[in-house]
Order: sequence, then structure tokens, then C-alpha cells
Amino acid sequence: MSDGYKISYLDNLESESIYIMREVAAEFEKPVLLYSVGKDSSVLLRLAQKAFYPGKIPFPLLHVDTSYKFTEMIEFRDNLAQREGLNLIVHRSENYIKKGMHPSKYGRDKCCKFLKTQALLDSLSEGKFDAAIGGARREEEKSRAKERIFSFRDKFGAWDPKNQRPELWSLFNTNVDPGESVRVFPLSNWTELDIWNYIKREEIDIVPLYFAKKRKIIRRDGLILLNDEFNDPREGEKVEEEMVRFRTLGCSPCSGAVESQASDLDGIIAEVAAALKSERENRAIDYESEGSMETKKKEGYF
Amino acid sequence: MKGEKDLLRFVTAGSIDDGKSTLIGRLLYESKGIYKDQLSSIEEFAEKKGEKEVDLSLLVDGLKSEREQGITIDVAYRYFSTDRRKFIIADSPGHVQYTRNMVTAASTANLAVILLDARKGVLEQTKRHSFITTLLDIPHILVVVNKMDLVDYSKDIFEKIKEDYLEFSSRLNIHDIQVMPMSALKGDMVTRRGDKMDWYEGRTFLQFLENVNIVSDRNLIDFRFPVQTVIRPDLDFRGYAGRIESGVISKGNDIAVLPSGKKSRVKSIVTYDGELEEAYAPQSVILTLEDEIDISRGDMLIRQRNVPDLADEFEAEICWMDEVPLEEGGRYLLKQTTNTVPAIIKEMRYKIDINTLHRKEDKELGLNDIGRVIIKTQRPVMYDPYERNHATGSFVLIDELSNTTAGAGIIWYPSGKLPETENTG
Repeated sequence: MSDGYKISYLDNLESESIYIMREVAAEFEKPVLLYSVGKDSSVLLRLAQKAFYPGKIPFPLLHVDTSYKFTEMIEFRDNLAQREGLNLIVHRSENYIKKGMHPSKYGRDKCCKFLKTQALLDSLSEGKFDAAIGGARREEEKSRAKERIFSFRDKFGAWDPKNQRPELWSLFNTNVDPGESVRVFPLSNWTELDIWNYIKREEIDIVPLYFAKKRKIIRRDGLILLNDEFNDPREGEKVEEEMVRFRTLGCSPCSGAVESQASDLDGIIAEVAAALKSERENRAIDYESEGSMETKKKEGYF
Repeated sequence: MKGEKDLLRFVTAGSIDDGKSTLIGRLLYESKGIYKDQLSSIEEFAEKKGEKEVDLSLLVDGLKSEREQGITIDVAYRYFSTDRRKFIIADSPGHVQYTRNMVTAASTANLAVILLDARKGVLEQTKRHSFITTLLDIPHILVVVNKMDLVDYSKDIFEKIKEDYLEFSSRLNIHDIQVMPMSALKGDMVTRRGDKMDWYEGRTFLQFLENVNIVSDRNLIDFRFPVQTVIRPDLDFRGYAGRIESGVISKGNDIAVLPSGKKSRVKSIVTYDGELEEAYAPQSVILTLEDEIDISRGDMLIRQRNVPDLADEFEAEICWMDEVPLEEGGRYLLKQTTNTVPAIIKEMRYKIDINTLHRKEDKELGLNDIGRVIIKTQRPVMYDPYERNHATGSFVLIDELSNTTAGAGIIWYPSGKLPETENTG
């Protein structure tokens, strides 16, 4: 066969993801794209733009804002939405935010449960969305390794790992009853390195926190936290200045930075390729208890 | 795109205790597909259980509930890459829900890795794995004779098992089989050759994975473009979005639309990154046509002189995946390419005993059964025999009441043209 018909792994992954996006748009009444402002969401967004070009993305974006997201993320999100003319819905659980929900007060599990999981479920049911597209990847975490690309959720938004629909070829079962929904993961087969290589190839804009820079930080519980409006030094802690970057972005009080010199994409790609630690290690939420992601997902966590 | 990494998807199948998880764990570990914190979490686990050596197989054991029970319940997907390729492993567990899982894992694979234990040789399970591999028409099979360390790395034992396997598999329709020795536990012939099996001159496992030729596995002859959705941003643009499932298309090529049979030409091949002169499988593109024709999701664009079968009755192999059995006369939704049609099981022809490969008459298929049926659909479907085209020759059956994916199907022939398959039992 002619060499001209070669298809690289990134082309392959891209084509599969576009296919999945289009299946969602065609088969569901009211899909939504869960946009978390992170690098995976940035790739997801570009793939959605590609899938429907020259048309617009035929569904809205939804950001669940816990109120503790890095300020740079929020600025990035709002600029992007304006520049690209995106239909962006921002959902905040004002109810619990007003009550002072915070990881230091209620513990990380509870904070996540109310400000993320519950907020997500509330916003999905308010919007009557029957399909929610997310940027999760199977490589990220062991309970994700077994999740379907089209992952069924019952009326409570819960995942049942022991009762998943078989998924064969590219034939996705999109049948749901009223009130039930599907989470769709077009990036299932991508790895962290694939994401970075794609961001570079496609020149996709990402939040600057991913690049190493001298930042004011506080070391706490084995995490390197940014000294920002959400994290003040406690007694005995001091503010240091270090070259750090974030491998994943979440809420400021629970997202740890890593010491790094990678200030551009090539640096990040080299770092990830040589990485000996997985990217979720600095996410405190996965470590609260063994199998905690699995537990969260059963409750409806994304 | 020359010189860039490509993508290989493979399925691993094995019986209980044949060292499959150890092999995958080692592969991930030695190719850096596993991260330090994931490693330390299994070290902790070993400590908790009071075991001295870290068990690499734990790297691939998934869910908490599975680890507690010491079983795996579902297909798990694993990823690693080398300088030459990115790999996706569909890891099919050896026991519970065996057939359903392996069929699922095999449906997207270019290569099947079948493990067997050097002390036990070719078992019924090995035959089962091989049968499913041929049923799903996976182009390449690599048979790994594992645990060679437990038989003193004996060349004679390896050769005997290889001979047994090739004798058995000659009855199956397999295009490309390789048999290799290994000790996944000791690491011989996984990513390194080791020094115990100098008598074996073939490639290591990783070398094999990196070099198996998959370019010619793609069907680049029959252009098939199932329409997913119509893109109409304004009155001037009407494009048909889809993935080229097989074949090649160029600007200016003639096309026909199925099932209507209307004809036109390709006006443009549109992508976000600019228009293309030519596109090929498996690219996702948007096609615009010279003429205004009514086309919607579920239609298929093809070349005028290369037409798939169009029939409302055909013969298919079914793998049943639901607790509620499939019965003759049962009604389902049949999903094939981007098309979903009501279907009825017109006739149950036979069930296959996947241990002996014998056929037996039966009027229903239970969970994990495989059998041959004749299906009648409410509207004609456009398909090619599975062997020629996996994308247009496969379907799933959905139970309309429970919404579950109840069965997977492979189309062989239109009904009425039923060549008798040889009895392989």
C-alpha cells in the first residue's frame, strides 16, 4: 500500500474523537460539553470545533465553578468564551458556597461531593441534559481504565461498574430512558503525552499555570500550593518563591504544583515523557482513601 | 506524516494463572507506561498483605472491588508507547463473562496475543481464544508460550507446543500466526532477550509489537462513508459529516447515495484544517456534493461502481451478552454503522459449542453463547461481509425494553446464499 495513506497515531485519535462528538450531536436530544478549563478540556473543545466546522458547536459548554478555581483559569475561560463566541454556562453551587463549604473545614471528600459532584448533577438536571461530554482519559486512573466511552448513568447520575453496557467496534448504544443520561469520553484512548503532543501540533491555547514560572508557594501536607487569594500561610508555614508548574488544574486549595523548569511546550513534553510519577499524584482528592475515585464515580462524580 | 508513530490496538487473552497480568505489568513497567506513584500503591498493597515481592500483575488490576475479591470483571484498557508506535491494550479477563469480554476486546484489535502456560500446553481455553480471534477476524495472532522458566527453558517443550498449536489452528482461518517462548515473570523475551533461550531466534515480544505490519490490514479499496450528521451553518453550505470507514475518495469522484441510489460528484472535502484533494480511511471529514440531494444520517455514500450489499434479510453470527436469552422471533433494535433499524430474529440456525467448535441445534442463545441466525430488518441495511469490511459488516442488537446492548453480530451472507461452513469440530 502506498505510503501516502499512512495515518499517524494522533490523526487516528483525532478522527476517533471527532467521530464520537458527532455521534453525540446526532443521537442525543440535549448534549452538553463539560468544560473544566484544563488542558484536556482545551483539546476537547478544539475537537468539537473540528467536528462541526464550518458550523458552530451544536451544544453548550458547562463549567462547574466551585469558587476555588485559580483566578488565571477563570480569566482564561472568560477570554476564550468571548473570543470564540462560545455558548458557555457557568454553574456555581451558591447555596453551599455561602454556607462556607471548604476543604479545610469539611474535609476534601465532602467539599468535592457538594461543590463538584452535587453541583454537576444539579446543573445537568436543571439543563435537562441527556449526554455530558467530558475530557476524562482511561489512562488517568484505574477505575477509568474500565469505563466505557459512552458511559451510562442512572436517574441519580450514578455509575455501576459491574453493570456496564458492552461496547464493540464503533457502535455506541445511546438509548436512555427519560431522566437517565450518558457521560461521553471522546479522549478515552488518549494519554497525557498524546494530549501535550496534540496541543503542540495544533497550537492550542492553554492556561499559563501549566508552564513553569517563579511563583509564590506554600508547602503543606506534601503538596506545593500556590500562595494566592485561596491559600494563606498558616502558622509555621512560610511563603517561598520557586519555579513550579501545574500538571493538572483543579481547585487552588487542593491542586499541588510540581517543581519544574519546563516553561514551554517542548519542555513539558520532555518532562512528561520522562515522568516517573502520574499526573494525578498532586491531586489530593484521589488519595483520601483507596479506591476513592471509584467511590466518587459511583456517586456521580465526573 | 511520513515517519510518524502509528497506532496498534491489541487484545490479550489467557486463562487463569497463565501470567497475562504479569506480562502486561512488565510491559508497562519496562516501557515506562506505569508511573511511580502507581507502583508505590501496589508496593503498599503487597506490604498490607504481608508479601515480600512486588507483584507486577497488580499494576493492571483495576477496581477496588476486584482487588478485594481477587478477580477481574471487565475489559481494561492500557496504554504505552515506544519511539515507533503507540499501543492500546484491551485486556480481557480470563474467567467471568469470558466470551462477552473477549469479543468486546477483540472487536477493535489489529492483533491478538494468546497466552498459554508452557507446563500445560494447548488447552481448551486456548482453542476458545483462537476461535473468537478468527470469528472477529483479527488479522494477526501472536501465541505466547509463557512460564518457560518453569520448564527449564526447554526448546523441545516449546517446539512440541508450537507444533500442537499449529496443528489445531490449521483448521481455523487464520492469516498470520506467530508462536514465541517467554518468561514474563523473569522478563525473558518481553522487552529483553535474556540469556536463557539463545536457541530462539525470533523477535522479542516488544520487537514483534513494533514491527507487525498493519498498514495492509485497512481496507483502502471499497469507499464507504456512513453519514453521521448534516452540517448546515448557512444556506450556502451543506456538508455531510462522517468517517471514511474504508477506501479512498478524491475531489471530483463520482458517488452514489444509498439507499436512494441518487448520483453526484464530490465537490469538496472539508476539514477544519483546510480542504483536502483526497481523503482515506479512517479520516473524519465533511463532504459536499455537486448536486442538491436529500441526504440524512444513516445514508451511505459510496462510489458508483463499488456497491455494498443491500438487503433486509441476512445471515449473521451472534455473540449474546444479556442475561435474558435471545429467542427465535425476538425483536430488537439493530444498530449498524450510523443506522438503527427494528429487526426480528427470523430463524435460529445453530449454536456453536466454543470448546469443541461443534454445532448444535437450539432455539435460543444464552449469555456468552455464540450462534448463527437469520435476521430480518424492517428496512434494508447496507453492508459488506464482515471479513471484507469490519465497519460495515458488524452490528449490535439493543433490547428496547432495558436499553442494554444485548448482542453483537457479524454479517456473513445475504439470506438465501448460504455456503455451508466446514465442520471444524
